[in-house]
Amino acid sequence: MKKVQNEVKVRFLSASENESFSRTLVCGFALSLRPRVDELGDIKTAVSEAVTNAIVHGYRSTVGYIDMLLRTYDDRSLYIKIRDRGCGIADVKKAMEPLFTTAPEEERAGLGFAVMESFMDKLLVKSEVNKGTTVIMIKRIVGIDGYKTEKQN
Amino acid sequence: MALDIKLNKDKTKLYAFLDGEIDHHSSVFLRTDIDLNITLYKPKALFIDFSAVTFMDSSGIGLVMGRYKKMNEIGGRVYIQNPPNHIKRVMLLSGVNRLAKIVNADMISEEVETLEEGAK
Ligand SMILES: Nc1ncnc2c1ncn2[C@@H]1O[C@H](COP(=O)(O)OP(=O)(O)OP(=O)(O)O)[C@@H](O)[C@H]1O
Ligand SMILES: [Mg+2]
Repeated sequence: MKKVQNEVKVRFLSASENESFSRTLVCGFALSLRPRVDELGDIKTAVSEAVTNAIVHGYRSTVGYIDMLLRTYDDRSLYIKIRDRGCGIADVKKAMEPLFTTAPEEERAGLGFAVMESFMDKLLVKSEVNKGTTVIMIKRIVGIDGYKTEKQN
Repeated sequence: MALDIKLNKDKTKLYAFLDGEIDHHSSVFLRTDIDLNITLYKPKALFIDFSAVTFMDSSGIGLVMGRYKKMNEIGGRVYIQNPPNHIKRVMLLSGVNRLAKIVNADMISEEVETLEEGAK
């Protein structure tokens, strides 16, 4: 079993300013794993996608709380859970297809999930209509010291 | 996020220099400002310059796709100019480069007029 090394929980409102706040926060949290610049960029982008989805789709024209749970594990992985209690997704599989969007008139490209999937190692989406959506993302950090094995340093 | 819009002398090319982070929050203002200038000048080509963009998520793809549609309506083209590597990755992942070609320009070779000084 891998062990949790550090954990942070935050709750913030679904205001669009919090898109940049949340990704900056996750970056700061991930620093203890000494990530490479490109890894930080991947994490930032994936977090921005998930939080933006909660704001623009989950809470649409309403305002609600977004809960974020961050963990680092002793196998050098970063765990990110982002949860909203918004409208939820009826068909998750369909929603995750590249270019699928329910908001084309707002210039959404339908690529958020595709970006999360390709920039992180693991992506898990759980959703229930009118209850909300939970996105879990995990990424193993190679880091500037170049850890490659499964073993801890 | 700042935006600096420039137009070449014969008013056929519109340049939009983006500076900072592109996300859902900032793209709304970028879109409005660029579109205003497309409507005003009806350029043949729109160059969106990404060299000073430090972060971009899929909102940036939506921004390029939206401008592509708008320029297409008036028979013009869109170019993605000087994207740094991390931005280029997102562009290539989305395939938006099939609509708007990625170009690298050292500097704008022609004389340009500044229309607007980047507002916050
Ligand atoms: N948190 C959420 N709550 C409700 N619906 C969601 C949520 N996240 C995603 N969706 C639904 O899944 C679709 C696909 O999401 P995805 O992020 O891939 O694309 P998008 O947000 O529409 O466009 P882009 O992310 O490229 O701007 C959305 O259009 C929306 O219908
Ligand atoms: Mg999205």
